[in-house]
Amino acid sequence: MSAATLTSDKVVSMHATPSAVPAPAANEAAAPVAKAAPREPRTPISEILLAVFKAVFPPIAGMALLVAVWALLAAKGGSIPGPLAVWDAAKVLFADPFYNNGPNDMGIGWNVLSSLQRVGIGFGFAALVGIPLGFIIGRFAFMNAMFDPVISLLRPVSPLAWLPIGLLVFKQADPAATWTIFICSIWPMIINTAVGVQRVPQDYMNVARVLDLDEWKIVTKILFPSVLPYMLTGIRLSIGTAWLVIVAAEMLTGGVGIGFWVWDEWNNLKVEHIIIAIFVIGIVGLLLEQALLLLARRFSYGNS
Amino acid sequence: MSKTIVKVENAGMTFDTKKGKFVALRDIDLTIAEGEFVTLIGHSGCGKSTLLNLIAGLTLPTSGNLICDGREIAGPGPERAVVFQNHSLLPWLTCFENVLLAVERVFGKKEGKIKLKARAEAALDMVHMTHALHKYPHEISGGMKQRVGIARAFAMEPKILLMDEPFGALDALTRASLQDELNGVMEKTGATVVMVTHDVDEAVLLSDRIVMMTNGPAATIGEILDVKLARPRDRLKLAHDADFVEYRAALLEFLYQKQVKKAA
Repeated sequence: MSAATLTSDKVVSMHATPSAVPAPAANEAAAPVAKAAPREPRTPISEILLAVFKAVFPPIAGMALLVAVWALLAAKGGSIPGPLAVWDAAKVLFADPFYNNGPNDMGIGWNVLSSLQRVGIGFGFAALVGIPLGFIIGRFAFMNAMFDPVISLLRPVSPLAWLPIGLLVFKQADPAATWTIFICSIWPMIINTAVGVQRVPQDYMNVARVLDLDEWKIVTKILFPSVLPYMLTGIRLSIGTAWLVIVAAEMLTGGVGIGFWVWDEWNNLKVEHIIIAIFVIGIVGLLLEQALLLLARRFSYGNS
Repeated sequence: MSKTIVKVENAGMTFDTKKGKFVALRDIDLTIAEGEFVTLIGHSGCGKSTLLNLIAGLTLPTSGNLICDGREIAGPGPERAVVFQNHSLLPWLTCFENVLLAVERVFGKKEGKIKLKARAEAALDMVHMTHALHKYPHEISGGMKQRVGIARAFAMEPKILLMDEPFGALDALTRASLQDELNGVMEKTGATVVMVTHDVDEAVLLSDRIVMMTNGPAATIGEILDVKLARPRDRLKLAHDADFVEYRAALLEFLYQKQVKKAA
């Protein structure tokens, strides 16, 4: 966005044809240009460059520092591959991310997708159980008092501790991994939904009481929209945790998945691939987070 | 005397607080007739909003009775519509949808979709908000929000309309224009209204009767002033009207001489 506006500003100043200003930029750009004309036509450009610099430089510097520290460690540490070696390995790896040579040798694309699938299924079940439960806990003080100690006791437990229970019950690795995702996803959703329900403004509930709305209308027209931002926070936290946990769970259960892949590459001593996996996991997590933030912004109703 | 809409008999309200019992209201007797505009005025903390909430049924009295149209008030209901001070529009619904929600609740069983929509549109048209039918509350000004709140209440065709400092959060100019608008709507609909205010001019301009409340705790009705100004009322002409000035003086005397509020 900002980059697009900035380039259009540059065009304007260089050719000095205000008529070429695109409509959205006209309000901001036209006035300063007109004022600045008698003085220094150069100032806007240098200001723009400064703004670009301020916006772009810090993140680039941060990434550069990361790569530099990594290169230094690689040079000194010996066994850790440096950025260039990893880059070369990545080029080979991403040339064909979706090959399939049997269950133990699949492209990185398949591994990421199957991890995402487990997260999706585990999270989906957690949402199906957690959101209604959160509504019930939030709406009825008795339920809150009843479930509060249970949740407080179970929530701090690492979801991986539940993995053996999953293996015992499901007798298979794949549903057991999904089960750990279910367990770790459910708490943020229950808690955030319940808090959201408890924080529905009294004003809105008074409107419901004066209108004497039936329970269905209260839920659909008042509770649900009011709780939605809280619920989306719960969903975002859940997915974030789930993405953390899936890697560890898959290391333990095996099969196809990014966590298993990391462990498999460790066994093959392909350390370059482990570092690539770290970046892939980070980028996927970042994308999930950003997508959910975008969704949350859509439902924030410009709170008045 | 026209038909009685609301009758408050010997009502009292005591709250349980951490510091023990707090008597907010005692010995309230009040009768409100059909088509009457009654204002409750008093210093802050005098329990005027508590009395309004009792009539609304949002809280129930700890002693005495409240009767609306022959039936005891046991809870809130759409026949006693409330205009809240902070408008209380649902932010995820447009102005039109906010009004429609109320209309559907009251008339949904008897009337079809088209009729219901027409009702919501008519109510918004009455407060001159047709231009913002499909805007969300956060997209319009505070005065406009309150207009929609009033439209929502009127659209329900309540037996009585309860307004809790409806213009309290607005600036003086917006407040004046909304008062005039409310006066206009009153003349068109002949609705019965109870309004809480702390604005002396507003009380005299709008009311048929002004109920002056004593200071709390244990507040009750101090005096009742009958306002016999002809309608329609014009704020510019009334500014020089001898009766208006007299009523205003009577209110000020009650508030600032008889019920001096100690500096908090």
